[in-house]
Amino acid sequence: MHGLVNKSLQTFLVDTFGMAAWQEIAHRSGVAQALGPDGFESMQIYDDSLTEALVDAAVAVLHCPRDSLLEDMGTYLVSNERMEPLRRLLRFGGVSFTDFLFSLDELQGRSRLAVPDFTMPDLTLEEGGLGQFTLVCRGGLAGFGHVMVGILRALADDYGALAVLDLGAAAPGEERIVIEVHDPAFHVGRRFDLAAETR
Amino acid sequence: MDGDPRPPGFGLGAAALGQLMPMYLWLDAGCRICGIGPTMRKLLGDAVLGQTLDSVFVLRVPRRADHAGALLRAQRLLMKLRDPPGTAFKGTAVPLSGPEGVLVNLSFGYAVREAVRDHELSATDFAPTDLAIELLYLHEAKRAVMGEVTRMADRLQGAKARAEAQAVTDALTGLGNRRAMEMTLEKLLQSGQGFALLHLDLDYFKQVNDTLGHAAGDHVLCETAARLRASVRGDDLVTRVGGDEFVILLAGVHDPAPLRRVGAQILRRMSGPITFQDQPCRVAISIGAVLRQPGEAIVGDALLARADAALYASKKAGRARLSLGLPDGSAQDMVSECDLDAGEAP
Repeated sequence: MHGLVNKSLQTFLVDTFGMAAWQEIAHRSGVAQALGPDGFESMQIYDDSLTEALVDAAVAVLHCPRDSLLEDMGTYLVSNERMEPLRRLLRFGGVSFTDFLFSLDELQGRSRLAVPDFTMPDLTLEEGGLGQFTLVCRGGLAGFGHVMVGILRALADDYGALAVLDLGAAAPGEERIVIEVHDPAFHVGRRFDLAAETR
Repeated sequence: MDGDPRPPGFGLGAAALGQLMPMYLWLDAGCRICGIGPTMRKLLGDAVLGQTLDSVFVLRVPRRADHAGALLRAQRLLMKLRDPPGTAFKGTAVPLSGPEGVLVNLSFGYAVREAVRDHELSATDFAPTDLAIELLYLHEAKRAVMGEVTRMADRLQGAKARAEAQAVTDALTGLGNRRAMEMTLEKLLQSGQGFALLHLDLDYFKQVNDTLGHAAGDHVLCETAARLRASVRGDDLVTRVGGDEFVILLAGVHDPAPLRRVGAQILRRMSGPITFQDQPCRVAISIGAVLRQPGEAIVGDALLARADAALYASKKAGRARLSLGLPDGSAQDMVSECDLDAGEAP
């Protein structure tokens, strides 16, 4: 798994649950032993098993369900101030939440353009009736669908859209997210200047 | 038009044209602006309609354009706004098949970020086929990735500095270690400047270790280190080169008088008792010193051997004293703890 994913996971755990919790998780998962006290570097590639062990250890140490932990991580990626560069990169996807949903097919290409060795799970958007979509996620970390639900909920809010999201029945190797956009302009949403100065 | 047969070609309404090229300019044969695309209108306002190209833009390529033909001959147009913020454009001009005049399509080129910021443009101000948004995305992605890489390089740099400091530090006392001593000695020898080298040895240290334990021994070493540090100038190098052996390097000291003063200072500080858990730890210090004169040709090993011989002389003469090793291999008694008791100035 790419260091960007692992490092985000680490930052999320530290910011949300504190340094002591992170150290216990890092120790229990073997991350501390394998990588030392600094943990992950964002521009390196790590074995997938290390990421799985980290999520398992977090679930055990924090006593919270895996699904909601992953969804919280997705929310964190968009709404935490520290992750502002990522929020902005996602917002380049479209001028409205619906427009953004259509850009999800391209997300893999867009992330490769930024970081060539970064592989995203495969995302396909299926259109149902008016404002109704299903996002099919294939590959990636088990439970990636939950992360994606967190990201999409936070982004709908960011765009000011009123949308209802739920994880549908999963088939082997794929997760389906059911999305209903009730009002793309429900509230003002957060500002997005194309050429804003970011830190 | 009035029923005139039109040359072959096809027509587009202003709205359709604006969707394809939101930054178009429609100029008549005299380069007067007759129409503009929606993004151009956002930048310039309707007031530019009827004005000449030259009055709104500073032309770079071609230099002048009094008539449309000049624009058509240029392979590529370069111009910038006359008014602040002086936004730059590149573009191309094609003849119209209907009315006389030209259609100019403009784009921001590399200055797209500045233009978007200055004119508060949004994604809808660009044609969906325009790669401007992708370019802005790429710019931010590059910055984010560079930021990560820079932070990682900073961390590695810090780790490297820490590792280097650890490699020349004695973990117990925090003094420099043998490597630090050798490196500094080599540097001093190469620089040609004069300096003093003091080789110090703790007497009765083994007895302290054996009778009071290693914790007491460690305490004695740390206390000695602190007293040695306090006896010299801030940038003099004090190192622990072995179990109970220390070396001090005093840059610029090459006369017996200042050496004697430093020796007396050390002996005076070391004469105070060291206690560990209310137990007195009886130790004494013997010192052998050498002076390297400015420009003197001598290697480090010879200097250390001479200091070693002087240290041996100090021990033989009854300890708690400093002897100076001379070039002929003999040693000269310089100061002892007894001299201090007899009123030696600190």
